[in-house]
Amino acid sequence: MGFFIETMLGGLMTGMLYALVALGFVLIFKASGVFNFAQGAMVLVAALAMARFSEWANAALGGDSLFLANVIGIIGAGVVMFIVAWGVERFVLRKLVNQEGATLLMVTLGIAYVLEGLGQTFFGSEIYSINVGMPKDPVIMFEGLIEGGVMINKEDFIAAALAAVLVGGLTIFFQKTAIGRALRAVADDHQAAQSVGIPLNKTWVIVWCVAGLVALVAGIIWGSKMGVQFSLVTVALRALPVVILGGLTSVPGAIVGGLIIGVGEKLSEVYIGPMVGGGIEIWFAYVMALIVLLFRPQGLFGEKIINRV
Amino acid sequence: MKFRSLALAAAIASVGLSSAVFTPAAHAQAQDQFFPVLVYRTGAYAANGNPWANGYVDYLKFINSQGGINGVKLSFEECEFGYATDRGVECYERLKGKNATLFQSLSTGVTFALTDKAAVDKIPLITAGYGRSESQDGSVFAWNFPLLGSYWVGADVAIQHIGQQEGGLDKLKGKKIALVYHDSPFGKEPIPVLQERAKLHGFDLQLLPVAHPGVEQKATWLQIRRDRPDHVLLWGWGVMNSTAIKEAQATGYPREKMLGIWWAGAEPDVKDVGAGAKGYSALALQHGAEPNSKVVKDILAALHDKGQGTGPKEEVGSVLYMRGLISAMLGVEGVRQAQERYGKGKVMTGEQVRWGLENLNLDQAKLDGMGFAGVMRPVQTSCTDHMGSSWVRVHTWDGSKWGFTSDWYQADDKVLRPMVLEAASKYAAEKNIQRRTAEQCAQ
Amino acid sequence: MIYRENGQFKTSYLADQQIFTIAQDKWFVLGLIAFAAIGVPLLADEYLFRAVLIPFLVLSLAALGVNLLVGYCGQITLGAGAFMAIGAYAAYNFMVRIDGMPLILAMLLGGVAAAGFGILFGIPSLRVRGLYLAVATLAAQFLCDWAFLRIGWFTNNSSSGSVSVAKLEAFGWMIDSPAEKYLFCLAFVVVFALLAKNLTRAAIGRQWMAIRDMDVAAEVIGIRPMYAKLSAFAVSSFVVGVAGALWGFVHLGSWEPAAFSVDRSFQLLFMVIIGGMGSIMGSFFGAAFIVVLPIFLNQFLPFLGSLVGVTVSTAGISHAEFIIFGSLIIFFLIVEPHGLARLWSIAKQKLRLWPFPH
Repeated sequence: MGFFIETMLGGLMTGMLYALVALGFVLIFKASGVFNFAQGAMVLVAALAMARFSEWANAALGGDSLFLANVIGIIGAGVVMFIVAWGVERFVLRKLVNQEGATLLMVTLGIAYVLEGLGQTFFGSEIYSINVGMPKDPVIMFEGLIEGGVMINKEDFIAAALAAVLVGGLTIFFQKTAIGRALRAVADDHQAAQSVGIPLNKTWVIVWCVAGLVALVAGIIWGSKMGVQFSLVTVALRALPVVILGGLTSVPGAIVGGLIIGVGEKLSEVYIGPMVGGGIEIWFAYVMALIVLLFRPQGLFGEKIINRV
Repeated sequence: MKFRSLALAAAIASVGLSSAVFTPAAHAQAQDQFFPVLVYRTGAYAANGNPWANGYVDYLKFINSQGGINGVKLSFEECEFGYATDRGVECYERLKGKNATLFQSLSTGVTFALTDKAAVDKIPLITAGYGRSESQDGSVFAWNFPLLGSYWVGADVAIQHIGQQEGGLDKLKGKKIALVYHDSPFGKEPIPVLQERAKLHGFDLQLLPVAHPGVEQKATWLQIRRDRPDHVLLWGWGVMNSTAIKEAQATGYPREKMLGIWWAGAEPDVKDVGAGAKGYSALALQHGAEPNSKVVKDILAALHDKGQGTGPKEEVGSVLYMRGLISAMLGVEGVRQAQERYGKGKVMTGEQVRWGLENLNLDQAKLDGMGFAGVMRPVQTSCTDHMGSSWVRVHTWDGSKWGFTSDWYQADDKVLRPMVLEAASKYAAEKNIQRRTAEQCAQ
Repeated sequence: MIYRENGQFKTSYLADQQIFTIAQDKWFVLGLIAFAAIGVPLLADEYLFRAVLIPFLVLSLAALGVNLLVGYCGQITLGAGAFMAIGAYAAYNFMVRIDGMPLILAMLLGGVAAAGFGILFGIPSLRVRGLYLAVATLAAQFLCDWAFLRIGWFTNNSSSGSVSVAKLEAFGWMIDSPAEKYLFCLAFVVVFALLAKNLTRAAIGRQWMAIRDMDVAAEVIGIRPMYAKLSAFAVSSFVVGVAGALWGFVHLGSWEPAAFSVDRSFQLLFMVIIGGMGSIMGSFFGAAFIVVLPIFLNQFLPFLGSLVGVTVSTAGISHAEFIIFGSLIIFFLIVEPHGLARLWSIAKQKLRLWPFPH
């Protein structure tokens, strides 16, 4: 029993982190209709920038204040993400208004290459660490209730809480603020939005900035967990079934999808895995998403796809 | 307008393309001994590939600063392949046209792909501490040299070490050992030996694959927490290692019970875990981190103090740097040995170098003379044994550096030799290769 | 001036339905094939064959297969690598398990096996479309990656999961030297390109295109979406599977599942989008772009560096390679969102008018 709960919890925590990356996909898709494959590269660049800026700041400050160094790192990384957003809008998206989905998808792959190259050129390609003071050792709880207790990871817990706060904030931002409404309008129809006076270019910069900040949070959490290095880009592949399961256009969908995928893949790996030789969690996540799609082709929370002739 | 600029760009690009693609074989240097260097300085495994490449290149530079091999200067060229097999093959094809002396692929996948090609091109393939284990049998794998040790050696010694910790191999009965491995040919290599040993000593072997690149291991470590194996063998590379140690910490599995392969026992694997990795041990392919050895001091003096070194100075002498350095040394010594037979001061061909590698005899005095005292034990190869040595130690991370914690082990030939012969024979039958006879060996 | 079809009259329907209705086009393509078959083997060296031409040919064949599905039928797939793997491993098993199995037959059977799985994984396309489908096909990719690593039977119980093939022989012809391998691949590519071209002009190809352009409308005019979509999946997977067998047997010689990883799937989709969706020619352009450009940059940048007197580190080159490669993708897509094939046809259009601008 205790083990089952642990696996569930582990799945939920992982799911929350997937959701964080998935959120980046959803935000950009909602606001510009672009399926942004560069999200993984953005996580990498954000985490690299954060790790290196705080490292340099720490060295410059003589190692006195880790907190200050981290704040400088986060600000520096934020600036980098802003530059990325501005550059993407100025040099790429602006020239590709009204193109098909496949073209835009391909362009984001180009952006991903450029970001990976630039990020590693400026910040290096070794392993760097982000130390934001996350507790690493586990605690055992509920020992009285369940035999052996339930092991809980404080780091995961804090990360999940952070993710939850971020998601809540973004939902409010999208639903309640004027900018959020403008973003949704742009997503629905570029031309209509423009004709009622919404500045397309500015909106895109904003949404890529927001996605960049989400990538930064994801990068800090993942980076602090596993160290900052190139493999962070592969996290995006783990987050894809999440987006699909939850629906490409839904912020809450990313969260629920993340939790379902997280729990599903951990339970499958732990309980079904040993029977077939293990290593099944990746495809299991995708198959889960696929099965959901067969019943709801737009994902759990996506807007209904209506076909008109 | 738009079209014109584009047509221009396309024209320039195509001219450039054709000119560049046609050039590579054009300038082969005959007076230098050419060492191709396959590296990965970017991508998922860059953190581990970098120090290896720096050590390799530094040693070649160092030999040049000492006047080359009997006066023959070494030239080298790096080719980045990002641990991708097809890019590695492309590098091989490109560099072999420049009279490559030998290749060291630093990737099990590339080794598999090159094994057939190298035999056709007559270029030896050194895989020091990796590659395919059965290629120890030089009478079938005439061009492969898994010098110093194969994964089967690693697996065998790992069990010996665990046995010693438990107080004897017979105490392993009923114990449970989990293998957490990189899900690739590299990670799967040790499984046959471990299964063999499991039968022999009656321990339980639990196999836990981790998908490339190994950043998501929560489920793996949850299983370990549930089943509480007595020992965990970690067969990882790159980010998988540090992630595994972090997950071990997060699930409370004692690091003292973990034992890594030599590719999971270097600074990049534990550096950013720091104190959390304290007590974690890994096999050392003879050497560990050797910042105090003579050869390292010589290189620092000859290269880094003059600003000619490769990579950061602090890295010199770290585990993977030493691995690269020793790999280069083995290649250089192969050339030196070949010169003994085919003429001192001449540039050796691939075939001649193979003879050199096959008749390598680095005894302790020679090694000490080259500055490897305390770093490694003698290596002696032959036509049938392309490995030359199977000495392994264990080193442990104390939170800030690696230090040796065991005596020397040697792989048990009684277990391994029949397996090597059987696997090599299977390969020979598949490929229609005749085992080399004693006369052919002597040639 | 040169490229003008004045005086070429078509007097029969047959003449009007030829693949190349303009004589210059026909001669150009025939000349190209002749050059590829005769000229290239005389000119190219071993490096060019092994590292550039053979991968280029095999991947253009794979891209061609993907293009049939993505470009002609409008079903985006990210599982092409999996079908390559199925083709390669199936062909391997046919070779190993059946004595005296001819090489070409084994490869084609590998393609058939891939086609079978293509139909299976194509079933979701009846419900799901667009990006959702793209991600759904990734399920096939990861499932195959896993299956070939984990299920020993597929790899003939090789302990490492890596398999290799012995000598290649077709009709008593030993395919040994790089030039022979190249010609072998070329033969496959030419035959399949011709088949694909004709297929897309035939009824079934037109059905695919109708489905791509608007599936509801296509259904209304009497096209069965299930038949059309699944046949596209089958044909595409067949071609991709044969390409996979070529990749394993001819190019690599020995391979592991990682040779057909998800990166390969992405790469093939890139080729199709960059080259031009719905264009046979585009598949070749795309393959050339993706295969040759990185190799070129990798060799050209140090040369460029030495010209201006800078030694660029290996890491620096490889990062620069990333940046330039990415920028070129963006550049080409901005200039021509419909791919290189579209540029090609614009160029032809311009040439027909040249030197008169209108």
